[in-house]
Amino acid sequence: MTANGLLQIGFYLVVLLLLARPLGNYMARIYSDELPAFVRWAMPAEKLFYRLCRVDAGQEMRWTEYARALLWFSLAGFVAVYALQRLQGWLPLNPQRLGAVAPDSAFNTAVSFVSNTNWQGYGGETTMSYLTQMVGLTVQNFVSAAAGMAVAVALIRGFARHTTETIGNFWVDLTRSILYVLLPLSLLLALVLVGQGVIQNLSPYRTVTTIQAADYKSTPHDAAPAPTESTQLLAMGPAASQIAIKQLGTNGGGFFNVNSAHPFENPTPLSNFLELLAILLIPAAFCHTFGAMVGERRQGRVILAAMVIIFIGFLALAEYAEQRGNPAIAALGVDQAASAEQAGGNMEGKEVRFGIVDSALWATATAATSNGSVNSMHDSYTPLGGLVPLALIQLGEVVFGGVGCGLYGMLVFVLVAVFIAGLMIGRTPEYLGKKIEAFDIKMAALVILIPPLLILGGTALALLADAGRAGIANPGAHGLSEILYAFSSAAGNNGSAFAGLGADTRYYNTLLGIAMFIGRFWLIVPVLAIAGSLAGKKRIPAGAGTLPTDTPLFVALLIAVVLLVGALTFVPALALGPIAEQLAMLGVH
Amino acid sequence: MWKEIRTALISFALLTLLTGVAYPLLVTAVAQLTMPDQADGSLIRQHGHLVGSALIGQSFTDPKYFWGRPSATTPTPYDAGASAASNMGPTNPALLAAVKARVAALRKADPDNHAPVPVDLVTASASGLDPDITPAAAYYQTARVARLRGLPPATVRRLVAQYTKPRLFGLFGEPRVNVLQLNLALDALSR
Repeated sequence: MTANGLLQIGFYLVVLLLLARPLGNYMARIYSDELPAFVRWAMPAEKLFYRLCRVDAGQEMRWTEYARALLWFSLAGFVAVYALQRLQGWLPLNPQRLGAVAPDSAFNTAVSFVSNTNWQGYGGETTMSYLTQMVGLTVQNFVSAAAGMAVAVALIRGFARHTTETIGNFWVDLTRSILYVLLPLSLLLALVLVGQGVIQNLSPYRTVTTIQAADYKSTPHDAAPAPTESTQLLAMGPAASQIAIKQLGTNGGGFFNVNSAHPFENPTPLSNFLELLAILLIPAAFCHTFGAMVGERRQGRVILAAMVIIFIGFLALAEYAEQRGNPAIAALGVDQAASAEQAGGNMEGKEVRFGIVDSALWATATAATSNGSVNSMHDSYTPLGGLVPLALIQLGEVVFGGVGCGLYGMLVFVLVAVFIAGLMIGRTPEYLGKKIEAFDIKMAALVILIPPLLILGGTALALLADAGRAGIANPGAHGLSEILYAFSSAAGNNGSAFAGLGADTRYYNTLLGIAMFIGRFWLIVPVLAIAGSLAGKKRIPAGAGTLPTDTPLFVALLIAVVLLVGALTFVPALALGPIAEQLAMLGVH
Repeated sequence: MWKEIRTALISFALLTLLTGVAYPLLVTAVAQLTMPDQADGSLIRQHGHLVGSALIGQSFTDPKYFWGRPSATTPTPYDAGASAASNMGPTNPALLAAVKARVAALRKADPDNHAPVPVDLVTASASGLDPDITPAAAYYQTARVARLRGLPPATVRRLVAQYTKPRLFGLFGEPRVNVLQLNLALDALSR
């Protein structure tokens, strides 16, 4: 990697870790009824909200009530997003007069945004009216993220409390996540992004007269002279407000088709840095929130350390593979070497202002979290470079992971790590003074096993069907990778894609929609069940046989468990996709 | 159960008003009042006409101009109403054929130039709208542009240097040249 690359990445990680700590501590206070003085002025608004919703903020919920509240709330969101897309043709704020979205695509997008996946089966600027973007999609960017945060907080309370039946109030956790965390951060980020050139308006698309006319790509043979286009249509819209929360809430659904590669979504290296920071900020902060709320800060840092170490490993592979470039292109007399005047490397599907370093860093970050926004096209990555986001998603979105979902996913792996260690030393596994028993491990197993089932099962199903194979855009092993990536992304609620796959069909919209739904809600329910079970347990003091979980040894154990479970599940599929393609690419030259 | 549903509906409606109406409208109002140029797309005006956006590339195929990145948008390249990438994989024969054709077109326009072609000039951008090329890609084209415009090569190279944006604080992003702005400056120089 280049010296500048090391500097950019090092600076990024340092800033991230410096900001994550105070934010994590702040969030811990928000969720523990200890609001800091500088936000107390907003409390009347919060109280008014509860009064209007007829919520008794002081009334705590059992895990089943908590889960029901979340599911009803998500259902309301699903219906609203679906209806907005279907009716947008008759509704205001639609200057381009975009018509109703097709039912299968609208279903897919509604599930996608309610499940915090934000898979884009559609092209934003050619499909969604401003009203749909604002009132449908931006809202889900906030509330699906906040719902994930609420579940994580409920699980943390399961560890922090003992001998109680309740794990908090869903409506309070949801409201506070939005009011005190997501909304202020989004306002700030949105305005800074506008300063960098991200657009924010409600105007119709603008037509400009270009300097030189553009040739049509395919022209009828009898047309002479060939027709040209001397104007350019510039898509407009309220982009900045959506992009800010899209990044902060690990949502990832772009305002435009090409997401954060679009110059109006991500115009400068500074906007790129801030959007990148926003991807990992809250997931990293949540580790500190966890440590603060269970009263043992080291436990939070242990989890963060495991995440950072796995992240850096994968990042190094992506940077190396992309910088090395494509040998088949080098053979055509093309210069891919990095120099002072160019980034070099594999530039297909990448933007010059981001080059290799910022593109590979983004790809790693967006897949490690369940963000799924892209600033370069993963489908055009070298085989090993593309393996990085694919494998990170398949690890279960626990390396930082989504806001909230990342932490609760990682805590499930912690339980499994403790369980495995317990088996090895012949003791009942314990974590933070709680005995981990059969019910907890069964629920943990569900959380860990459902996504692979969806990913591998879905991929197999699509490969067997004509409608599934018809979507493949690239020949050979890469075609398998495209389908594998799609189901990984959907089941992991990530939302990025090997976007060549023609997935806006009834077949894929339905299948991937189901995968996103199960990947979200069939994990949330067992996680809440664990929370309820843990909260009910007695706290037992640590004894001589207790495995300490705040040591470097435990960090290594946790990393090993995450990587082993992932590898055992997915190596065969990866061998047929990216690894086979890598061998083919090197074999040709 | 009815009580739970009612709470879900009211809270969803209120949060929609807050995050889907109040929030985007507030950002729009502040952005339009304080940064209207950026909020409207950093448009470039010349002699009273809109000629483009400083952030969005345009198609240049005339050898008198600097060429930008290949664009995968349809039906025309650099269609800013429908951004798109090629999404071609690294071993796709169609990708290699496209690169080969682009190398050939560059060589045909500038037969005396035998230097290896900078990679960004022959690979499609992620957005299809990339406004920039690398300084290497700009310098690769200076001899051709200078010859066809009857300008001294040193003048054109100076113009490229003048329009090269370095890394922010020497750290972030990559050095780059905005093709539209460079070509506008070139036209102003030749006129």
